[in-house]
Amino acid sequence: MLEILLYIQTGLCAFCLYRIIRGPTIADRMVGLDIFGILVVGICAILTILTGRTFILDIGIAWIILSFIGTITLAKYLENRKLNE
Amino acid sequence: MRQSGLFIISFIFWLLLTWSAEPGSIVTGLAVAAMSTLFFGRYYFHGVKKLLQPKRYFWLVVYLFIFIWECIKANFDVAYRVLHPKMPIKPGIVRVQLNIRSAFARTMLANSITMTPGTIAVDIVDDNMYVHWIYISSEDPVEYTRKVSGRFENYIKKIFE
Amino acid sequence: MNNMSDLTVIISTILIATGILFNLFGCVGLIRLPDVYNRLQSATKCVTLGTCSILLGVLLRYGFINTGIKALVAIPLLFFTATVAAHALAKGSYRFGIRLGEKSIHDDYKDEHDQDKKE
Repeated sequence: MLEILLYIQTGLCAFCLYRIIRGPTIADRMVGLDIFGILVVGICAILTILTGRTFILDIGIAWIILSFIGTITLAKYLENRKLNE
Repeated sequence: MRQSGLFIISFIFWLLLTWSAEPGSIVTGLAVAAMSTLFFGRYYFHGVKKLLQPKRYFWLVVYLFIFIWECIKANFDVAYRVLHPKMPIKPGIVRVQLNIRSAFARTMLANSITMTPGTIAVDIVDDNMYVHWIYISSEDPVEYTRKVSGRFENYIKKIFE
Repeated sequence: MNNMSDLTVIISTILIATGILFNLFGCVGLIRLPDVYNRLQSATKCVTLGTCSILLGVLLRYGFINTGIKALVAIPLLFFTATVAAHALAKGSYRFGIRLGEKSIHDDYKDEHDQDKKE
């Protein structure tokens, strides 16, 4: 049962990849990347139960923080660069 | 010593995360918490007295239940809008008046608004908060201020101010 | 005792499945909705609560020991980081110059933005 759920969760990443590749503007791509980061945390949580190893959840927690810092950096970069000037 | 609220919270966070009572681990936690307070304490709320008032914790628990209920409602709301073939959305950005002073409480209010049905906070300028709303149901400023922030503002005031 | 642990496993699996269902809604919104702000709305809300539900499933599976507590700590962390990232992205993309989509009916932030530009 859990294996099937893991496959579905991994398949959801394809939606985000679609938005990253097709996104009309750079902001769409960044939204896709942000959501991708959160989905990976879910994958880590399910893998923790499947393999029974605790350190995978630690990887998930570290991933939350790293994805947050990446998104904030890109958003600040976007804020200071105007499109139509 | 006005900034030790961050020290206490980050130390508790460390204890929960490592979940061990070895002396080495605790000393490392104390050192890291002191370092983070040194660097980032001035951005956090000031005054430790607020952590010692039991009334605030009572309202925090009440608020948490309301917040979780609103979160679940928000998800079904989004699911309805996304799965409906015609996509019933009327998006736009509205201006909402704030009655809260302190920066920390405003941050918490913005976070709560982001997780509730149909709204996401964009920016705060002076006393106004700009909120992106996926389905604007009325054009009257008083009405939508009540709808967006009225549910939480009183609780947030009691808890964080 | 055996019965009890079976029940826990079933409930935690149901929680994980619910979380993945919410994640699915969020991702469908990411594809279908018209402009970047609406996508941000659906994706942030649904995916954050879905992942929290998965982490609650892990907590229930392991109980209040090392691993379960870690999952519990990850929930508030995820809430704060996801919401703050959403604010930053919304503000950043507005300042970058991406306007609201064609379906939008109301825009109060425009005045504030124009004032900033003049200064």
